Amino acid sequence: MKNYTLTHLKELESESIYVLRELAAQFEKPALLFSGGKDSIVCFHLARKAFAPAKIPFPLVHIDTGHNFEETIIFRDELAKKYGAALIVGSVQQSIDEGRAIEEKGFNASRNVLQTITLLETIEKYKFDALIGGARRDEEKARAKERFFSHRDEFGQWDPKNQRPELWNIFNGKKAVGEHFRVFPISNWTEMDVWQYILQEKIEIPSIYYTHERECFIRDGVIYAHAQVIPLKPNEKVEKMQVRFRTIGDMSCTGAVLSKANSLEEIVEEVAATRITERGSRIDDKRSDAAMEDRKKTGYF
Amino acid sequence: MKTSGYLDMDLLRFTTAGSVDDGKSTLIGRLLYDSKSIFEDQYEAIKATSEKRGEEYVNLALLTDGLRAEREQGITIDVAYRYFATPKRKFIIADTPGHIQYTRNMVTGASTANAAIILIDARKGVIEQTMRHTYIASLLRIPHVIVCINKMDLVEFKEDVFEKIKKAYEAFASKLEITDVHFLPISALKGDNVVDPSKNMNWYQGATLMYLLENLHIANDQNHSDARFPVQYVIRPMTSEHHDYRGYAGRIAGGVFKKGDAITVLPSGFTSKIKSIDVLEGQLDEAFSPMSVTLTLEDEIDISRGDMIVKTDNQPETTQDIELMICWLADKKLQVNGKYALKHASKDVRCVVKDIQYKINIHTLEKNEEDKSIGLNDIARITLRTTAPIAIDKYSQNRNTGSLILIDEATNVTVGAGMIV
Repeated sequence: MKNYTLTHLKELESESIYVLRELAAQFEKPALLFSGGKDSIVCFHLARKAFAPAKIPFPLVHIDTGHNFEETIIFRDELAKKYGAALIVGSVQQSIDEGRAIEEKGFNASRNVLQTITLLETIEKYKFDALIGGARRDEEKARAKERFFSHRDEFGQWDPKNQRPELWNIFNGKKAVGEHFRVFPISNWTEMDVWQYILQEKIEIPSIYYTHERECFIRDGVIYAHAQVIPLKPNEKVEKMQVRFRTIGDMSCTGAVLSKANSLEEIVEEVAATRITERGSRIDDKRSDAAMEDRKKTGYF
Repeated sequence: MKTSGYLDMDLLRFTTAGSVDDGKSTLIGRLLYDSKSIFEDQYEAIKATSEKRGEEYVNLALLTDGLRAEREQGITIDVAYRYFATPKRKFIIADTPGHIQYTRNMVTGASTANAAIILIDARKGVIEQTMRHTYIASLLRIPHVIVCINKMDLVEFKEDVFEKIKKAYEAFASKLEITDVHFLPISALKGDNVVDPSKNMNWYQGATLMYLLENLHIANDQNHSDARFPVQYVIRPMTSEHHDYRGYAGRIAGGVFKKGDAITVLPSGFTSKIKSIDVLEGQLDEAFSPMSVTLTLEDEIDISRGDMIVKTDNQPETTQDIELMICWLADKKLQVNGKYALKHASKDVRCVVKDIQYKINIHTLEKNEEDKSIGLNDIARITLRTTAPIAIDKYSQNRNTGSLILIDEATNVTVGAGMIV
């Protein structure tokens, strides 16, 4: 008899496509949260597979902190244009200008937390009832407890101790008016799976994932891109470094790594050899042991 | 891991069950640590936390306890998913709490697992909780069970301790539906027979846990004989290029479909033939469980989400009356004559509970026909009637088309996990 087995990447792909189709069937107005990072790019790719030959039946939503890498924004716009996807941008700057969000002060100020305000505003404005996110359970310990279909109350809050049990692959997306869901199709993928999949499928990613020369400085052991939005302290020195980014968040909370990886093969090998988690270079998680859990409870991704 | 190797890796999902002190978290920590899946910054973080709390050694349990309340109380509240990979396989661990009050989490973790690791403390032997965990593994039809007799270092690595526990386990497991059982003497703390063979137990010639996990034969865990395709979503591009395209999207829930196969749509009974099996990259000649594909048919017939496409020569039962084992997941008790929303594969219907035949005494595993009060964590055999016919298989034949969930219509909460008998 023939050996009917799938590789781990094929099985993960199939599971994710299944989740995306359940989402499209169970919700009236879903959207894909798109940051321009590799995880949301993989989600977009999976969505194309899930609904081909039709276009994906939901828009991309980007919560723009105004502190993004230029390369990411260009990539985002080109991708939406190439595949004819609708793109909605929620602006953190606008939330600040209109007085609904207050900018953090000091050298380590970040707009990361403010994203939640703009995100919830955008959900309300467009009446989205489900948002797809590229979060993975291997990223962070609070995320390890997430469901594929994660219920949020009318305030957008997550109640980790009172989650709906998720059995087999039967997803319960029932909700009351005003509530919404977060849906995580690549929950079971690891960073390694994502890179192997990008390599296998030859998926395009922003240039800053590859090695490049950039003006950087070091603060608390993290390599930051030198940019207007991150004021330098008096003793900090800008120097040219050969770097790439392992994750892409906004500039104020994403650290670079020294790397010469110039191809997807080299990136996969580098990820296999590395001994630090990718969120190890994310400053936003280092604020406390339960930083992610606290942010998630109030509506963060 | 080299870049080329990943193309032949497959995926094994397993669940771990054990009580608080069986060393479950230590075992998982050991698997992650020895397979180099724990990163330096993670290790440093838990080391610092262990020191802050004045613990003697690095508490690997902190890796799996994700929520603040869990770390504070030193207990696991919810199913946590962990990942590691070797050059052969990717592994997904559903780490579930072992306390009695968390049966619902064990059932959740077990529902998608290919294998269950059951931990027994070598000093205590088979205890009530071992039986309960094994019963759930059997009820949820986990294909492979690995019994790890742990803390062998505390019984001087003695063979007769291992053999005695093995016999006791076999004696009661023989009454359950478990086909593939493996026994291993280990010490999770010291690492004996976890990744490396033990130097302290020369009498044991079997595989290490890691070897076993890497080599369990999982190709037959999926049903490849009864072709089942629950329609999830109908794809109609309505573009000039694909003007008349009508594709049925779904994940194959069992068996193999080939181009040209004669199919029947349930519950309507309409028949047709498979015209094509489509994916983004093109068309396939055949597809099998658990692949996500899109089917197109030769004839234009009315098909929507919730229908099931099956091969005409192999059809499941289509019925409104369902007998099942149910695990109750909510505080509010199961109501006879109560109405619930029911989800089965891609189908949504409503149902009424007609009868409770018996409840399983989780301590003795005996059937209790007197006690009809089914509350949180209880397991019972019940009868339902649905508002519309659904196409079902027995859970023992197919875990995808033999399972269902019940939802409380007032709160929208998932309250029951059902296995069709």
